[in-house]
Amino acid sequence: MESIALTEAVYYILLSLDTPLHGYGIMQNTERLSNGRVRLAAGTLYGALNTLLEKGWIKALPGSGSSRKKEYLLTETGRNVVMTEIARLKELLHNGEEITGGWTDEKNNS
Amino acid sequence: MKKIIHKVFTAWHFEDEEKWINKMAAKGLNLTDVGVAKYVFEEGLPGEYQYRVELLENLPTHPESERYIRFMEEMGAEYVASVSRWVYFRKKAEDEPFELYSDMDSRVAHLRRINILLVFLFIFEVWAGVFNLVVGIAYGMAINVIIACIPLILALCIIPGIIRSVRKYRRLKREREIRE
Repeated sequence: MESIALTEAVYYILLSLDTPLHGYGIMQNTERLSNGRVRLAAGTLYGALNTLLEKGWIKALPGSGSSRKKEYLLTETGRNVVMTEIARLKELLHNGEEITGGWTDEKNNS
Repeated sequence: MKKIIHKVFTAWHFEDEEKWINKMAAKGLNLTDVGVAKYVFEEGLPGEYQYRVELLENLPTHPESERYIRFMEEMGAEYVASVSRWVYFRKKAEDEPFELYSDMDSRVAHLRRINILLVFLFIFEVWAGVFNLVVGIAYGMAINVIIACIPLILALCIIPGIIRSVRKYRRLKREREIRE
């Protein structure tokens, strides 16, 4: 699969949709996962959900009875995207830590 | 009590418009309706609402816009009013700060929509001016030549707006190249 860097918003939206959620639920879940650091604004979330639907990374669940709010869920393709992204993030982290790891040593030695 | 204020904001000053509406809201005057250069406020509690202004891709009556507005309402915002493709949302200020966009991509896309609108308006004004000028000269009608000045002057007024708006768009796009 082509390696692409996901935006923070998309990454957390995909993770949130491991279980079915509607827009407000995604926003709350993202805020919870990131300890309040990532706050998805409604316009951004709306645009991202539409793009993700088009790409087939998530799907809209058929209207669930009383609640008119649309719920979404991660697809198999979406899961693969998340896995690829995690591998990419691991590489970033690994390289970052390997190089900056020497920085504290240098400081201690000097 | 209702209060109607007539005020003109150009499309490239939409952020100033938003600031002004929020300043009114902070004083307890809540926007409830809009028209062309017309703002209707209702007296309420100072600082009760936060307002946001957005240019949609389609008219608010378009199914896509209706879907968007419904989504905004599900997310706790309230649709206040609209003028052509400009929509006004508000949210109770007790929650966290009300923002429409939390990433640069959507801000860039919004500015792009505004730029396209401005360029379209410019072309339209030039066309209307030139059309009247040609008719006026071809048929020797002075009135058309005079009328032609109005859209041509408007077109000239739009130019600084386009420059300002395109600059802002480019600055944001360059910034986007290094961060989200």
